[in-house]
Amino acid sequence: MSQFGAYVVPVVILAIVLCGIIKKQKVFDLFLSGAKEGISIAVNILPALVGLMMAIEMFKASGALDCIVAALAPVGNALHFPSEIVPLALMRPVSGSGSLSVYEGILRTYGADSYIGRVASVLQGSTETTFYTVAIYYGSVSVSKTRHTLPAALSADFIGFIMSIVSVGLILGH
Amino acid sequence: MMNWVWFVLIGISVVFGIATGHINEVSQASLNGAGNAVALFITLLGSMCLWNGLMKIADACGITKALAAILSPITKRLFPDLAPTSAGMKAVSMNIAANFLGLGNAATPFGLCAMKEMAKHSHEKGVATDSMAMFIVMNTASLQLIPTTIAVIRMKYGSVAPFDILPCVWLSSIVTLVSGILLARIFESRQYRMKRAPATPPG
Repeated sequence: MSQFGAYVVPVVILAIVLCGIIKKQKVFDLFLSGAKEGISIAVNILPALVGLMMAIEMFKASGALDCIVAALAPVGNALHFPSEIVPLALMRPVSGSGSLSVYEGILRTYGADSYIGRVASVLQGSTETTFYTVAIYYGSVSVSKTRHTLPAALSADFIGFIMSIVSVGLILGH
Repeated sequence: MMNWVWFVLIGISVVFGIATGHINEVSQASLNGAGNAVALFITLLGSMCLWNGLMKIADACGITKALAAILSPITKRLFPDLAPTSAGMKAVSMNIAANFLGLGNAATPFGLCAMKEMAKHSHEKGVATDSMAMFIVMNTASLQLIPTTIAVIRMKYGSVAPFDILPCVWLSSIVTLVSGILLARIFESRQYRMKRAPATPPG
């Protein structure tokens, strides 16, 4: 099943092009006109990308995450959260590459099949890089008043964090 | 709100950088971040062209329309201001399908395409519509059928059954997605009421 990822992209591409050929479409011409529109969309997100990644790289380099984790540890312990995954939960919405390295660190330390490793895997697999998505999607259409987007998305991330603990405890046990 | 997030990230970084003696790294990181953004942009540019081109073909032979029709029982409730066969709804449907199949680098181009179409329905420039917020919340809580990336990493760290977490991932992401949708709905109606209340300043 781990080969699924290797099949899905080529199969989807072939299916779309094949369907175009069957329907007697000029597939390559259509592709070119769509790809051209893609360029302008991509150019629109560059400013948001630069601004966000600069701030996030600074945040990762500052060591602030370790301090925040240390400060939150007593709260986590009081609520019986596995404090080992708190760094991942904090990094997940902020940075994709950052959370990936925190995640790999957890697997290296605790093992992929341990309770902590499983909770971290579920957390990593069932949530997304929220700030990145918000910044890029809104940046592409120059929306600056995001209204209730971040409160809703971050609350959902927190529920995802709780659910990764609950679901592993419920289905696979400690 | 992104203004505040950005400011807080930079503020925390500089203050902690000085306090923990990492200010050299922070300084270096600011330039690296900008450079990495351009590197990521080049990668995105490729997938943006690729999937937008493919979407044009899919559009011409009716795939996107069929997909939009299949998903319409759900999407018409989530995005009431998008017409069922509009370009926006088609792009939204393609984005949902790509997320579900785990085609991460296809989901973003379709998603940005959908945002462009939704921006055309916006009454006020620069302000998010309810549909935009709903769409982004759904994308931040993505539902994925088979999380292959996670399985590959678990295998790398010696997991004997890298897919044993599948039911947990499904349960967790479904609950997260549904709560995200509900929260977006609750928050949007609350904001609507606040806007109508005469004493509250607009925000």
